Amino acid sequence: MKELKIEATIENLSKVFKFLQESLDTCDAPSKVKRQIKLCVEEIYMNITHYAYNPETGMAKIGVDVIGGENQERVVISFVDEGKPYDPLAKQDPDLELSLDDRPIGGLGIYLVKTTMDSVAYEHKDGQNVLTIEKDLDKENK
Amino acid sequence: MNFVKTNEGNTLTVELIGEVDSMNTPELEERLLKEIDGVKELIFDLKGLEYISSAGLRVLLTMQKTMKSQGSMVIKNTNEEVMEIFKVTGFVRLLNLV
Repeated sequence: MKELKIEATIENLSKVFKFLQESLDTCDAPSKVKRQIKLCVEEIYMNITHYAYNPETGMAKIGVDVIGGENQERVVISFVDEGKPYDPLAKQDPDLELSLDDRPIGGLGIYLVKTTMDSVAYEHKDGQNVLTIEKDLDKENK
Repeated sequence: MNFVKTNEGNTLTVELIGEVDSMNTPELEERLLKEIDGVKELIFDLKGLEYISSAGLRVLLTMQKTMKSQGSMVIKNTNEEVMEIFKVTGFVRLLNLV
């Protein structure tokens, strides 16, 4: 497993992107799927900077694991922070039927993660927020 | 991300090229809000857009809401990947996609 431990700031998102790209470099997923994973990583990372720590800042640890062999790869990414307990999955999904005037700006990040990934799980463990997302790569290749 | 604008009378065309993410959206939004002063028609050309996160979606929605009171906004040349994101988020109902 590859791991990145950084201060959870917006500026460090570029380091997160670089780490993700390097971690997925050897895996066989189409670039579209890699961009989908990148999107989810951005959304979760930004959630940590906004909700777990804001206005102060703190540590974020991101782990990327590519499990399985040829034709059976699964990407597992975990996010750990020591901020306020925050379960993004507890948040209600946005109402997509609302009109332009009623539609709030925002609230789409975690919804995109839920609809894009195959599995999303949250736990609060040892004083830390732990969010794990998984994407089955085979499904996309077929 | 690159930002290419073309003004023709009251029409402003903005090409978004590359990646729109949480790091560059504050600047993008600030710039757009300045540029649309007096604009009646805002056209986004997304043919060169490779990546957009929810931060970018927020900017598009803000612009759509702003343009509603001063004219119109259309989005053209959306690629398949970005269109999928517009569909999942219900933006196909909110944006004028041509």
